[in-house]
Amino acid sequence: MKKIKLIIQREYLTRVRKKSFIVMTLLGPILMAAIMIVPVFLASMSNNKERKIAVLDETGIFFEKFQNDDYLTFHHLYTDLNTAKDNFKNTGDYALLYIPKTEVALPTSAILYSEKQPNIDIKSYIRRQMSKELEEQKLLLQINKLNLNETDREIAMDIPESIKTSINLSTFKLNEGEAEQKTFTEVAMAVGIFSGILIYFFIFFFGAQVMRGVVEEKTSRIVEVIISSVKPFQLMMGKIVGIGLVGLTQLTLWIVLTFTITGIFQIVFQDKIPSQSEALMGNNQLVPGATIPQVTDDDSGVAVIFEAISSVNFGVIIFSFLFFFLTGFLLYAALFAAVGSAVDSEVDTQQFMLPITLPLILAMVMAQFIIRNPDGPVAFWFSIIPLTSPIIMMTRIPFGVPYYELALSMGLLVVGFLFTTWMAGRIYRTGILMYGKKASYRDLWKWIRFKG
Amino acid sequence: MSLFTAENVTKHFSNHTALKSVSIDIPKESIFGLLGPNGAGKTTLIRIINQIIAPDEGTLLFNGKKLHPDHISNIGYLPEERGLYKKMKVGDQAIYLAQLKGISRSDAIKKLKYWFEKFDIDTWWNRKIEELSKGMQQKIQFIVSILHDPELLIFDEPFSGFDPINVNLLKEEILKLRDNGTTIIFSTHNMASVEELCDHIALLNNAEKILEGQVHDIKNQYKSNTYSVTYSGSKALLPSIVNNGFELLENNSENGLSRAVIKTNDGGQNELISSLLPHINIHSFNEIIPSMNDIFIKRVAEANTSK
Repeated sequence: MKKIKLIIQREYLTRVRKKSFIVMTLLGPILMAAIMIVPVFLASMSNNKERKIAVLDETGIFFEKFQNDDYLTFHHLYTDLNTAKDNFKNTGDYALLYIPKTEVALPTSAILYSEKQPNIDIKSYIRRQMSKELEEQKLLLQINKLNLNETDREIAMDIPESIKTSINLSTFKLNEGEAEQKTFTEVAMAVGIFSGILIYFFIFFFGAQVMRGVVEEKTSRIVEVIISSVKPFQLMMGKIVGIGLVGLTQLTLWIVLTFTITGIFQIVFQDKIPSQSEALMGNNQLVPGATIPQVTDDDSGVAVIFEAISSVNFGVIIFSFLFFFLTGFLLYAALFAAVGSAVDSEVDTQQFMLPITLPLILAMVMAQFIIRNPDGPVAFWFSIIPLTSPIIMMTRIPFGVPYYELALSMGLLVVGFLFTTWMAGRIYRTGILMYGKKASYRDLWKWIRFKG
Repeated sequence: MSLFTAENVTKHFSNHTALKSVSIDIPKESIFGLLGPNGAGKTTLIRIINQIIAPDEGTLLFNGKKLHPDHISNIGYLPEERGLYKKMKVGDQAIYLAQLKGISRSDAIKKLKYWFEKFDIDTWWNRKIEELSKGMQQKIQFIVSILHDPELLIFDEPFSGFDPINVNLLKEEILKLRDNGTTIIFSTHNMASVEELCDHIALLNNAEKILEGQVHDIKNQYKSNTYSVTYSGSKALLPSIVNNGFELLENNSENGLSRAVIKTNDGGQNELISSLLPHINIHSFNEIIPSMNDIFIKRVAEANTSK
């Protein structure tokens, strides 16, 4: 056990210290962050087109009070809320601002209905306009009071404080259920395909590293020195586990760095557009007073995605991803190691690669169809068979998979992993000592059956 | 007392038999030459001793006890096919390989420093293996194989790739190791170094052992009472002198002196000298002892023709 730890340590450290590892670790997150940031960035750029906002003011206070600016035009509706909502789709309006009648003289809350998440600039603009109007109204009221009670100076002192008005602007998405379903499907597809690609890439990239490592040991002839100290199986497993840990490290660093970069970018991005951060702060102030549920405070695209992801069963996804990621790697890495042991140089590996690459590529191709029909029989079988299950099951999981199917798939994958490792171990221990002779599939079969 | 005993070891591979009921007995604190033509089964036997592969049949005893994986730390191995991780630094690599044999890191560093200084290579510590020449790499491999003070050392062609100066350095170290109580198995095709170093040998051919014993016993066994005489005097006279019971095998002249090779019966050398003395001036008189090279070739040829 101590020796296998030494092997794992060496395999891990020599790779983690490599320049290529460090470069990959840094470049990956920049790329991924770019993928996440650019669409959000572009979306915010395209905000500057003209938008019409319908105003349904039951109080009548705000009639003709909203001022149009370069991008926003306001027009008033004189129907009831339900009709306005029903007609909303056909009007081409960006949002519907509903100011309900209140018991008190002056309203302090309004609801903004829209199809998409409303732009934060628009929200703050409306909020500013409303509070400005209300403050004027209040001032008028106070002045009226003063007229009645001219000697009361105390009240006059209070004016500046009491007229400050903050508006509680809640946002509602129209067609809530439908839109949510749409986002859910999109996010599930994205999460599924992304996980599948990540596992595919990981297995290929790090599996090939296992193979290269074995070939290196064989061609440099160090292998015989080492297996006079440790069992061939220990050497093989040490290598696989060590490289697996390298992959896990890379993945962890990627995730941490990607979020750090997007996080930093968001902060920098917001600083450059003061109105947005200002609006954000104003918005936060209002949250405690909000009584209407489903108030969304954060408009960034990332947050929307996360909201949707969390509506998928996040715990199950993370657990399954780690499981399929690692077990899938172990299963394939053993096969890669076996191929490495059977050849004399990397060039010769091609002849044995087909059985490894075929199921992986097939799984990746099938994933695109399965994502559209994640509950069909094809999806089921591909997600049960150990060679394709790491990729296919991962693409299915975000859509929700019955637990017994998940358990069956995981169980079979573990069995598959034990089987390939056993088989690879037998090929490996004979293969690494064979020099100069080109092995064939028949030789491999002989080595597997060969006892002791 | 023997350190290692193999009894009736047999090993089959899928298409051939590598060892056919081979028994060897390696005495403690000796250098044991494992000889044989290519493909005779030497490497298989060495791998079995190293527990890299297991025999199909046979018993293996280390220090009188059944060979066990724990014995690995008591065995050092320098394989014929050897190498190092090219991208790793010399020091790191040596420490790693020593740790795999069960030495602690600090012990490994201490011992490595000693050997690196002794071999005058301490400046290589932080260099990558790929920057070193083949001979330099061999030195490091040699050091790594003996670092854990094993009771049994196995050297498979240890001198290949070394220049004569380093071969001598290595020979001295090997002899010193033996004198300090290490038992050494020495596999080579270089018969000169066998004569120089080995106390015992075993000769394998076609998966079978065809000769085993102490080197000087074997040599005595193969000598044929043949003597070489260098002389001056009448060359033509010699056949008439050498007749009763002796056999004249060669009679040549070179550089003014003549050389004759004469076979006697057992213990007849004094008689031969006295019969020669009156007729010729003897410059030298030597018994011809067969070299290991001759014995090797002769035994292998015999074994192959008898089949």
